[in-house]
Amino acid sequence: MRIDKQRFTRRSLLAGGAVFGSSVALEPGAAISKSYSGEMPWSEGVADAPRPASPGAYVFFTPAEVAFVDAAVARLIPADDLGPGAKEADVTIFLDRQLAGDYGRAQRWYMLGPWQQGAETQGYQSRLTPAQLYRISIAFIDDHCRKAFDNKAFSALSLQRQDEMLMRLEKGQLRVPGIGPRPIEGEGVKSDTFFAQLLQNTIEGFFSDPLYGGNREMVAWKLIGFPGARYDYRDYVSEHGKKLNLAPIAIKA
Amino acid sequence: MAEKLKSVDVVLVGFGWTAAMVGQELTDAGLSVLAIERGSWRDTATDFAVTFAQDELRYMWRRELFQEPARDTLTFRNDAGQTALPMRHLGSFLPGSGVGGAGVHWNGQTWRFLPSDFNVRSHNEQRYGPLPTDMTVQDWGITYDELEPYYDKFEYLCGIGGKAGNLRGQIQEGGNPFEGPRSREYPNPPMDMAYAPTLFGEAAKKLGLRPFPCPSANMTRAYTNPLGVTLAPCTYCGFCEKFGCGNNSKASPQTTILPVLMQKDNFELRTECEVLSVNRDHAGKQATGVTYIDTRGRTFEQPAQLVILCAYGLHNVRLLLLSGIGTPYDPKTNEGAVGKNYAYQIVSGVDVFFDDKVMNPFVGAGALGIGIDEYNGDNFDHSGQGFIGGGYIACWNTNGRPIEHHPTPEGTPKWGSKWKRAVAENYLTTASISTHGAVMSHRRNCLDLDPTYRDIHGRPLMRLTFDFTENEHRMSDYLTKRAADIARAMDPREIHAKTRAGRYSIVPYQTTHNTGGAIMGSDPKTSVVNKYLQSWDISNLFVMGAGAFPQNPGYNPTGTVGALTYWAVNAIKSQYLKNPGPLIPT
Repeated sequence: MRIDKQRFTRRSLLAGGAVFGSSVALEPGAAISKSYSGEMPWSEGVADAPRPASPGAYVFFTPAEVAFVDAAVARLIPADDLGPGAKEADVTIFLDRQLAGDYGRAQRWYMLGPWQQGAETQGYQSRLTPAQLYRISIAFIDDHCRKAFDNKAFSALSLQRQDEMLMRLEKGQLRVPGIGPRPIEGEGVKSDTFFAQLLQNTIEGFFSDPLYGGNREMVAWKLIGFPGARYDYRDYVSEHGKKLNLAPIAIKA
Repeated sequence: MAEKLKSVDVVLVGFGWTAAMVGQELTDAGLSVLAIERGSWRDTATDFAVTFAQDELRYMWRRELFQEPARDTLTFRNDAGQTALPMRHLGSFLPGSGVGGAGVHWNGQTWRFLPSDFNVRSHNEQRYGPLPTDMTVQDWGITYDELEPYYDKFEYLCGIGGKAGNLRGQIQEGGNPFEGPRSREYPNPPMDMAYAPTLFGEAAKKLGLRPFPCPSANMTRAYTNPLGVTLAPCTYCGFCEKFGCGNNSKASPQTTILPVLMQKDNFELRTECEVLSVNRDHAGKQATGVTYIDTRGRTFEQPAQLVILCAYGLHNVRLLLLSGIGTPYDPKTNEGAVGKNYAYQIVSGVDVFFDDKVMNPFVGAGALGIGIDEYNGDNFDHSGQGFIGGGYIACWNTNGRPIEHHPTPEGTPKWGSKWKRAVAENYLTTASISTHGAVMSHRRNCLDLDPTYRDIHGRPLMRLTFDFTENEHRMSDYLTKRAADIARAMDPREIHAKTRAGRYSIVPYQTTHNTGGAIMGSDPKTSVVNKYLQSWDISNLFVMGAGAFPQNPGYNPTGTVGALTYWAVNAIKSQYLKNPGPLIPT
């Protein structure tokens, strides 16, 4: 996620003749081998700032997926007398932007085969990226609901039915075909893989900086009393037991 | 065909804590030193600025400062009967990538090991009789007293804040009475203490224990270190571990050494270059340098008089295996040494819930805490317990980052309205106690090269075979019970003791305290390096880092990694350079 991070170095030629750290313009994000000597490297006006979620329409989810995700995250973290829930906090937008980006593509993950189902202690072994896992799982769950409940998709079920379905997913009582190590011939993977992913990402979207599209108006931070992106609490260390009521601050004010 | 470059005196593989220390010392000795780092340059102002460093999603959950498994990961299995599978994304531990290594994103908990930790086999056998056959713990071949000046040097480099518990043999009120003798006080006073650790300390005292402020690399005041680099006071922002510090308040290579080292004309750093192998002469007795690859896929041969492996411990071990240096460990025969005695940490926790006591968990720092050491090492009688070793118990106020930290009482659902209410009601009023247990070495736990999986360069991944044994489980259960005793003495509404049960899992984050595989010792048959971290096989090759630990005591490793590095580099300067060759005859 490094962008526009071009640096210049004093030494551009090595004794051996190899060229490092040349001052030609680099592709954004390109990592080029560099050499540094004789000075503390630093470039004026350069910061590895975060990339905020883009505004506007959904870029990854289809309308049917939006309906599913809106409904599901509203059950995972509901709106209630304590305040807005995940849906109201725009967690669906957060998930959409995450799945459309590096994370959804599993850019940092090791995604080479061979693929094999392992023990739980060996972790994720599906060959699907997070984006693919959502796409396949949501389609399967909606299809399953339509067959079981009078042609109704998950989002059209009663709240109680939705909760029951989420509990079945959580317990791994359904098998989602096509999300295992061998999606073509495989018999599928227990639904708790997708559920754990959805729950973790929902909590991330609820509590992360609004920069990424969720936690709208910092509702989640206000709910618990987290002051957000403040960076200096020296005055409060010795205020033992005192509720501070600090208004939260976000990175992108 | 690799292009051959001009020779340097010393080549350092990797550029984190140990490389910065070695580079600084050996350039001072007049040598030309080149560090080769596979990640990129990182500095405080550009990469960890206070305007965006406090981003939990980006750094913790999207892993931006850490090693990318897509480029290089390891495979894992609990035992030799399983097929090891790749760690496809990070979980249990978070190695760094880039300049500063994991020293950028550590918490700053900076301990010394106990004197008896360094001779754990002879000490325990003498006191308790023979150890289990498959417990392969070894003495280090070095004593605490030998290492003490180098612990001191590292602590003064970093500006550690704390209270000595043992000054030259005199026990000091308010410090850790179990620690080995220190030659002088910490360079800085302890941190200002938050509420939860304070309550923990009061409860521990009521139980007759001797709590003390934990040693911290988060600056407790402005501090200028012996290299003339100044660090700023910590602001208790609660973004230490997994984050770079925007205030220059956490000791790291960037904040303690690099402003001096990078200025030197006899030092060079090459980034985005990955070392593929250590090269040897025809006889295989001397290292001739390293081969590395740049981001365009070009390979270079970099000759050097002295090769020092300074990458993360696991990577050093893998580079030895890939380079065919030393004899790989075989758990079937218990012969060979490279990859032997991998160890880790066993951790557990107790959440302590209050109705009316506001803890403000976000007022935090990576090493802000009160600890007790009664149950570490051999500080207590293990007779009849069925285990050796122990760990410290501490109450830290490291952070209130809500994706990671939202404790709920036992029995709370994982989602829904009840979960939301429990999170909202307990976020400000919960204290967390953790236990930090040792892992002894066992024959079954080791590192070797995976037969199947490859990295982006086509090289075999490292294979990790590891599980906790009865010794660890008994010890951790014992620590968790003691932690729960203290939790109850804090007079809470309820507690939730999270006992560490079941097999080791690569999935949840535990600690980035991977040790062993390139262990030090006094016998070339059972260790990879001698007491000066010099390869037994190749005298101009040294291996830094926690890979040297023959087993992992119940403390965070960085203090000892720092001390061992200064100890080794002192031997290079004072002995090796005058008379290159084996520092210990074989």
